[in-house]
Amino acid sequence: MQAFLALEDGKVFKGRSFGSSGERTGEVVFNTSMAGYQEIITDPSYKGQIVVMTYPLMGNYGVNKEDAESRRPFLEGFVVKEYSKIASNWVKEQSLGEYLKENNILGIEGIDTRELTLHIREKGAMKAVLSTKDSDEASLIKKAQSCSGLVGIDLVKEVSVSRKYNYPHIKDAAYKVAVLDCGVKYNILRNLARHHCNVIVFPAQATCKEILDSGVDGVLLSNGPGDPAAVDYVVRTVRNLIGKIPIFGICLGHQMLGLALGGKTYKLKFGHHGANHPVKDLRTGKVSITAQNHGFCVDIDSLNKKDIELTHVNLNDATLEGLRHKKLPLFCVQFHPEASPGPHDAGYLFAEFTKLMRKSKKRKN
Amino acid sequence: MPKRKDIKKILIIGSGPIVIGQACEFDYSGTQACKVLKQEGFKIVLVNSNPATIMTDPEVADRTYIEPITAEAVEKIIAKERPDALLPTLGGQTALNTTVELADKGVLKKYKVETIGANIKAIKKGEDRQLFKAAMEKIGLDLPKSGRAYNLDEALAVAKKIGFPLIIRPSFTLGGVGGSIAYNIEEFRVLAKRGLESSMISEILVEESVLGWKEFELEVMRDLKDNVVVICTIENFDPMGIHTGDSITVAPIQTLTDKQYQLMRDAAIACIREIGVETGGSNIQFAVHPENGRMVIIEMNPRVSRSSALSSKATGFPIAKIAAKLAVGYTLDEITNDITRSTPACFEPAIDYCVVKVPRFTFEKFSLANNTLGISMKSVGEAMAIGRTFKEALQKGLRSLEIKKFGLESIIFNNLDDIKIENGLLEKIYQKLRQPNAERIFYIGDAFRANLDIDKIYELTKIDRWFLHNIKEIIDCERELLKNKPKLSGELLKKAKEFGFSDRQLAKLLSLSETQIHALRKSMNILPDFKLVDTCAAEFMAHTPYFYSTYDR
Repeated sequence: MQAFLALEDGKVFKGRSFGSSGERTGEVVFNTSMAGYQEIITDPSYKGQIVVMTYPLMGNYGVNKEDAESRRPFLEGFVVKEYSKIASNWVKEQSLGEYLKENNILGIEGIDTRELTLHIREKGAMKAVLSTKDSDEASLIKKAQSCSGLVGIDLVKEVSVSRKYNYPHIKDAAYKVAVLDCGVKYNILRNLARHHCNVIVFPAQATCKEILDSGVDGVLLSNGPGDPAAVDYVVRTVRNLIGKIPIFGICLGHQMLGLALGGKTYKLKFGHHGANHPVKDLRTGKVSITAQNHGFCVDIDSLNKKDIELTHVNLNDATLEGLRHKKLPLFCVQFHPEASPGPHDAGYLFAEFTKLMRKSKKRKN
Repeated sequence: MPKRKDIKKILIIGSGPIVIGQACEFDYSGTQACKVLKQEGFKIVLVNSNPATIMTDPEVADRTYIEPITAEAVEKIIAKERPDALLPTLGGQTALNTTVELADKGVLKKYKVETIGANIKAIKKGEDRQLFKAAMEKIGLDLPKSGRAYNLDEALAVAKKIGFPLIIRPSFTLGGVGGSIAYNIEEFRVLAKRGLESSMISEILVEESVLGWKEFELEVMRDLKDNVVVICTIENFDPMGIHTGDSITVAPIQTLTDKQYQLMRDAAIACIREIGVETGGSNIQFAVHPENGRMVIIEMNPRVSRSSALSSKATGFPIAKIAAKLAVGYTLDEITNDITRSTPACFEPAIDYCVVKVPRFTFEKFSLANNTLGISMKSVGEAMAIGRTFKEALQKGLRSLEIKKFGLESIIFNNLDDIKIENGLLEKIYQKLRQPNAERIFYIGDAFRANLDIDKIYELTKIDRWFLHNIKEIIDCERELLKNKPKLSGELLKKAKEFGFSDRQLAKLLSLSETQIHALRKSMNILPDFKLVDTCAAEFMAHTPYFYSTYDR
């Protein structure tokens, strides 16, 4: 079946559908990971976005239950050069195409993804429409233009859980952690469990009191989709939590902490989406190759350096990748220490979080 | 860490004569290293017995010795030149072996020559199979079961314990020389004896067979700050049992999930750290069981290798050049990526194309040689091709071999319009698929032409079904072209070009001339597009890139 991808600036790409049929709008972004498409598709942070993979061959190893990063795919569409008609791997349960159809996600192949990527690099991430039912270019472009985009839109409420739940408890738990779910990836929960944490997942609307009343040792602010400035209710909760309990923020969690600490966020031209971003830990000088997925960024100049220490910086474009408070027990990173997909280099941050909780517990006792 | 100031003069050992297993790739890496270190202000002393190399050109090093690469000759050069440091990791196995010998004889100590890049301990740990095994067990990595033997009796005892088939690997050899596979005790006696004879120290490793497992390689770099990055990942089209140099290989890895790949990456990083390669590149090989995913580490080369040259060209990341800079003290985050000029070399290249390397054999020049393939390398060269699909890169690679095949053409059938399966033909195909040989790729194409299915071909070759499916798509496209010969649509012609069919190949299939195909393409506006190799999948502006042609518009 024919499918079209039309951008708000009038560029139209024609390809073939390999997912479900229909029509969806969103912001089109490119991801440079060469593997890990299933994790990308199920990452709730892609809500509101159409993802273009720069690596041309996708679907090669199918999909399986273990590699899902959330309960279902949340992205608006998936764009590739060539979709593999065979899925070959010992863990494969289903083909990528079947999976997309089952979850009502559009997939389009046969696109010159490099040209599309270059276009986005030059013009910036932009609004787009993906359609299998409309082939009229003018009409498609209009639809792309009328899409609401990401700025100022609360997408967190679309992906967060509706009520709190306990992540399967572990035997040798040493800590109890509240995860504020703004679109959390399962691998964050898995990493916490691996670091001896029992996890309670709270909806994004949870209040500071609810969280503190649950008797947790620390709070993890999760990743999530869209504009951090549009989730003022979560930022308010975060502001109330600051100083009362150890906090670890990841991605959107980092941005919300930045806002709660009085900083500002801004939108990057085309964001960071990939698994090869070098990040330097300014405390040790060591570089981690990190997984990243964000379109917004905390403005270094907007932060009060008297209280805040910059801990991590991106070596590609010198943007802020991490910070900590000099007196209060909190730190956060813009990249994804849980990886999935991507390298495990930055996994040490989960241990830093448990260390912070241990110190804080000691002080209390 | 900035450049070291305490060393002024560096000795580089080249790789000597071009032989099977060690060809011009080491000239490429050595030349790169000489040039960059000279630029950095070091005095370069070079020894290489092969004057027919670029690195021995007068302007490359400050002092060039065309002398035999033996410990004796190099000792004399050291005595005369008194270099501060020896960089042994860029001249292949020959340079590494010579360095070990120089260290063992006390020459390096006597003249206070420091090895940079990899120290003697690391070289020995990486190269000596027993030390390597112990090191890998220490960090919890799985290996094929194995035992070491210094004579035939010991070898037979190990064989009994593990069971057949068995791999025999002599220690300290080049290009896997003397390595072999034994399926029974009679074969084992002969092969074990030969292996013991070919080893520099009369040592062999007798190993559990991982024949038919999936084979992978990672090109890893490390600096003095202990930053480690993976430059390139490679999946072998041909499974375990065929020397990597004789295998069709593909970059990046195609058939592993990210979870599976990341475990391999973690293992590779743990390996380079444990072996203790302080700076520079290493090539680390893994085998993965296709049905249960068990991953074992096969070997690591603590030096620039044949695969590094390939990885450099496949990704745009100049491994030898960066390795040389790391050896003199720079760290990855201090070096700029030449291609983007704005981002550091401390990153992992993202590629947005598929690279296929195809080995080139010349069995016609070695009339007595057997053209079946095993774990000793037999190819004399290779072609590397880049495409937007595996199919395109494979067909480009095959025609680049210059063996009068212009893509995945038939080796059996003369008339593709009328394929006749004669008596005995299927048996011949089965045999050619089962026993790895120089022409196997063409027989796989013909197996599909003879209507064998993917499962049957998999059973015979153990080549991953993903690769086989892609070959089937090439053959299916060929059939479609033949069927639509009278009225070819633009859509089909475009598909054929995307699948890597050359005009010459199409001309033959469609009974037209190459010029006619070209004209037809032009009239249908099916023209090549030239895309960049830029290390970053278009994320950043590229300045000194190179191009490949593709049909993607």
